[in-house]
Amino acid sequence: MSQTTQTPPAAPAETSNRVTLGWSNRLLARPEVGALVAAVVIFVFFLAVAPAFRSPGSLFTVLYQSSTIGIVAVAVGMLMIGGEFDLSAGVIVTTAGLVNAMFCYQLGINLWVGALLSLAFSLALGFLNGYLVVRTGIPSFLITLGTFFVLQGANLGVTKLVTGSVSTPNINQMAGYSSLDAVFASSFRVGTVTVEVTVLWWLLFVVLSAWILQRTKVGNWIYASGGNADSARAVGVPVRKVKIGLFMTVAFLGWFVGMHTLYKFDTLQAGNGIGNEFLYIIAAVVGGTLLTGGFGNALGVAIGAFIFGMTSLGIVYAGWDPNWFRAFLGVMLLLAVMVNLYVKKLSTARKVG
Amino acid sequence: MTLPRARKSAKVAGVATAVALVAAACSSGGAPSTSAGGTGGGGGAGDNSGYTFAMVTHETPGDTFWDKIKAGANQAAKNNGITLKYSNDPEPSKQATLIQNAVDSKVDGIATTLATPDALAGAVKSAASANIPVVAFNSGIDQYQKVGALMYFGSDETLAGTTAGKRITEAGAKKPLCVIQAAGSVALEARCAGVKSAAPATENIQVNGADDPSVVSALQAKLSQDKSIDYIVTLGAPIALDALKAIDQSGSSAKLITFDLNQDAAQAIKDGKIQFSIDQQPYVQGYLAVQSLYLYKKNGNDIGGGKPVLTGPSFVDAKNIDAILPFAKNNTR
Repeated sequence: MSQTTQTPPAAPAETSNRVTLGWSNRLLARPEVGALVAAVVIFVFFLAVAPAFRSPGSLFTVLYQSSTIGIVAVAVGMLMIGGEFDLSAGVIVTTAGLVNAMFCYQLGINLWVGALLSLAFSLALGFLNGYLVVRTGIPSFLITLGTFFVLQGANLGVTKLVTGSVSTPNINQMAGYSSLDAVFASSFRVGTVTVEVTVLWWLLFVVLSAWILQRTKVGNWIYASGGNADSARAVGVPVRKVKIGLFMTVAFLGWFVGMHTLYKFDTLQAGNGIGNEFLYIIAAVVGGTLLTGGFGNALGVAIGAFIFGMTSLGIVYAGWDPNWFRAFLGVMLLLAVMVNLYVKKLSTARKVG
Repeated sequence: MTLPRARKSAKVAGVATAVALVAAACSSGGAPSTSAGGTGGGGGAGDNSGYTFAMVTHETPGDTFWDKIKAGANQAAKNNGITLKYSNDPEPSKQATLIQNAVDSKVDGIATTLATPDALAGAVKSAASANIPVVAFNSGIDQYQKVGALMYFGSDETLAGTTAGKRITEAGAKKPLCVIQAAGSVALEARCAGVKSAAPATENIQVNGADDPSVVSALQAKLSQDKSIDYIVTLGAPIALDALKAIDQSGSSAKLITFDLNQDAAQAIKDGKIQFSIDQQPYVQGYLAVQSLYLYKKNGNDIGGGKPVLTGPSFVDAKNIDAILPFAKNNTR
């Protein structure tokens, strides 16, 4: 590569020599296509083996399950494209809900105030994660592992201190509940199926993320920061700001799901959310995001979350022995990643020598 | 306040000493967190014994069930001027280390759960050889004597499951679904096995108890996969509330019963949404574990006559919920 830049005259010759990919190969080279093929394979598979999977109602249950993972995964995917990890994403969801519930319940304040306070708090946590990562240069894996443990302990400790128990009091009689419930946790019926509002929010966030990544300057910055931070900085990309922003995006969508969980279930167990951080990362990786950064897209991450939701519930719809649940899940996810990889190989294999 | 609790326990335990103890628990007050300071005794039964006991459990942090165990244990410690050191780890080997830590720090007595008796046997034996009395509570009913614990306070999980199974079969259950919220737990498996022994058509499902949305969608999926499910048995109060959502959203007519109680579940029983709860009275387990160590150290008392002292199964349903609801709100039931 450095050679070509040093010898500009060679450029025309290179152009004529270049392997031009056909439209099918260009399509296959997109990160989400492998995941899409895997999703279709798994979908058809469960359609075949699980009669209960075939109803439209089941599809929307799957979509709901996928959305609760998928919403945070949108941000985690963007963060991973930007070259960083966030292991605190699972507990931030619970932290956000706890802050809102306890603040309002103890002081008897309208829940909207608590929701906004919790938003500010979550964004501050995201900022802290990002700031520590760009300031210290310590891998984000370690920084956010630290925040993960701190939040996990603080969730339990503070909740116990404030409420005397490890779950929050029921908030469904408080001012502001019904409007917040409508925004974050309502559902409506279309024909015979119940659509959870989170599914719509998920779609919106995916579209938004796709637009940012593919169509805006910030999107280019994200790819550049994740691909090679030093060269990105050299050409004037504000890498630090981009990364801090990405961590705050994760915190924002974590807050969003935290609000959903709180207003759907009215109380929160302080120990919840642990382990979900990996589901977000899995969704992103199954969806074609590279663990090393710089590659992936929003649609792929969404399909990854859908594959996870479909597999985890498909096993239930199929009525398989529950003791084997995790084993089935593991095999399915491995298959998904392998199909993904295979399709990508097909697409990038050079046909001309 | 004394009467219903004493009557219930008498029915359950049938051990005179235990009744006396429970009655004593009531007379010295039910709300443990009101007065924080002071290790002095509560009421006339107080004693400034100065003992230090260690309580070691397999608690996974964040389950309201253990709040009640701790509330009971703290109340007993406060009544008798005991310093109580609480520690927990869900992993058997680490729990064994915690017991060993207590032995090394030469406490006066150890109360431990025996969810994984084989893994903990060594640590319990080393306590015995250091002349530190050990009592077991909550789990380990079949093995507590073998590993060398002096007494046992808890519920018989299989019996609890069987009783619940019988009761729903009598109520017309054809196809119960038993919901396990933590994979690989002996106690939870025993409950479901108990239910199955009385209602052979029972099917199990595993859910991730740490993620409410996924519990709801998994149960919704199961209810639409198998429409013949007419009863759901949950093994913890928070899961019961998730199950209510799932039943509601899938339009199923399945009925719900649950193990254990919390404030919201108690309210749901009052509202008729949960048929009944099989309560093992965690507050009593924590209380008696500490109280028994105290009595053993002080007077050499033995509780239970060489047999386990049962704190459950005790049924909470529409008939007695009015009396129990205030206790549930108090975190003592």
